[in-house]
Amino acid sequence: MTITFRNETFRDDFTFRNSLHNIRRFPFPFDRDEYMYSVNMEPHVRGRQDSVFENLIDVDEHYVAEMHDRALVLKEDPLRCQALSHMMAAQWDTVELLMEHQSQDYPEHFTLEKNDDRWRWINRPMGIDDTFTFGDPSTLRYPPMEYITRQAQGDFCVVDQRDNNLWMDAGMVTTQADWSLDFDIGMNFMEWHGPVPLAHQIGVFDRALKFLLNLQQGRPTRRLNWTMTVNPRLDTSPENYHKWGPDRTTVTPENVGEKMHLRVELQSLWRLPRSNAILFVIRCYLISFNELVTVAKWGRRLPRVLKSLPPEIVDYKGLTRNRPIMLDWLSKYDDGAPTSAGNFPD
Amino acid sequence: MLVQGIKSRPEYKGLDIDPHAKRHLFVLEGDGAQALIDQATTKGSEFLTKSEILYLAAGAAPKAYDVTLSALSPDIFWQAPTLQPLLFRLRACLDLARMGTRLYVSGTEGFIGQIMQVGMDYGIDYHSIHTEHRGSTARRVQCVHCKGITDNVTTSPFACTHCSLPLLVRDHYSRRLGAFQGVNIDAEEPGTASAPEEMFP
Repeated sequence: MTITFRNETFRDDFTFRNSLHNIRRFPFPFDRDEYMYSVNMEPHVRGRQDSVFENLIDVDEHYVAEMHDRALVLKEDPLRCQALSHMMAAQWDTVELLMEHQSQDYPEHFTLEKNDDRWRWINRPMGIDDTFTFGDPSTLRYPPMEYITRQAQGDFCVVDQRDNNLWMDAGMVTTQADWSLDFDIGMNFMEWHGPVPLAHQIGVFDRALKFLLNLQQGRPTRRLNWTMTVNPRLDTSPENYHKWGPDRTTVTPENVGEKMHLRVELQSLWRLPRSNAILFVIRCYLISFNELVTVAKWGRRLPRVLKSLPPEIVDYKGLTRNRPIMLDWLSKYDDGAPTSAGNFPD
Repeated sequence: MLVQGIKSRPEYKGLDIDPHAKRHLFVLEGDGAQALIDQATTKGSEFLTKSEILYLAAGAAPKAYDVTLSALSPDIFWQAPTLQPLLFRLRACLDLARMGTRLYVSGTEGFIGQIMQVGMDYGIDYHSIHTEHRGSTARRVQCVHCKGITDNVTTSPFACTHCSLPLLVRDHYSRRLGAFQGVNIDAEEPGTASAPEEMFP
């Protein structure tokens, strides 16, 4: 199916919107009426048609606009994309994985031709047609990971595995929920998750690490994570917090439906073949409350989840200030009827 | 005492002399001198004949640790006036260091972090560097916004010495930068930062 790419912005005038089709395929993260941290991982296999799980690397109507926003972020702050020197094999692994998936699942938009190590990559939505030598960084205009992640939606962390731990040793991070690659690069799994409340104590990270150390090639895994963002802003980095922080004071009972967005990360983890590193894809999806409540089940469930949150999570996700306004507004959409199990619309 | 339970902060487990090292390189700041003096008192002084001590008195100059340290008669005792020449000398030592050299660092946390950065630059596994915290609990903090580093931060919030934003000191530490993370505390409503509170005396 040919995707019609939207011309929209994630800053300044914020013209980002979801089409009706895209609302229905939003990865709503709550499969029940309450929420707590868990090791909610499942095999990353193809899911139902017209969902974000239909293809393992999802490309949607926001592709071109997101890639434009990423380019703007990198112009302002090149440190959002970094790789430690021992990660070159993993960078090429990343090129291969993303080019193969995008070209196989979206042949009308992407083409990959391989002639031994001479590869030709065509990206029609972005007007790119490049021929390069796989394994030779001098044949690309950017380092390999940067080259391909300027053409793929989501943030990317390339995680090295050694000493029974995982190490954040490379990444392209421009759509993050308030964490800094520049600060965290080189840290191990426990270290970079240091600031997360509650989850350490209930053993979530110990179990998640053990699970990931045994991740096998060809068997990627996934989980959903979520937060809320005022305005459809992709770049909610700590670096720019002093610029986007004031947005949080602009929410009123009148504009909350338009301004407040549920921000969901579809995180998928892939063992890479040459480097034995893990590619950690953090794909961000945004939906305004107005758009979200058009699905009756989600409109009922979201206020119930928001009510049930422990205060530490409310604080960590930055929801403290606007939670009462959100709850007031959302409660109109909860008629008290039971909700069906699972994340999908009825 | 440093606050416990910060996952990303290194553990400073103590100088603890390695009996198998062929050479001991001590890099000490201020009250960090006492960490070595304590080792010499409990472990005997034999290791000192194979030891080189680089010392920066900093705020502890009145305590005259330099006199005590040189009286231990190490193979080499060298005192730096400030941090910059100390780092220069340390690099020279590591350029010439042979297999079997053990690196020890003691002093404030910001000092330990900067010495470990040099050690890691030279390919030393950070796990193998023996460290002991002594002296003030002041923190070295990187502003996440302008990336400037401020040394000896004792309050939170504090004003970034580079971009002036009032920063909350997060309990999150980068070994690579040798610094804690500082994040603007009144980003949502500029001008509403609380008064600085002495947190790291």
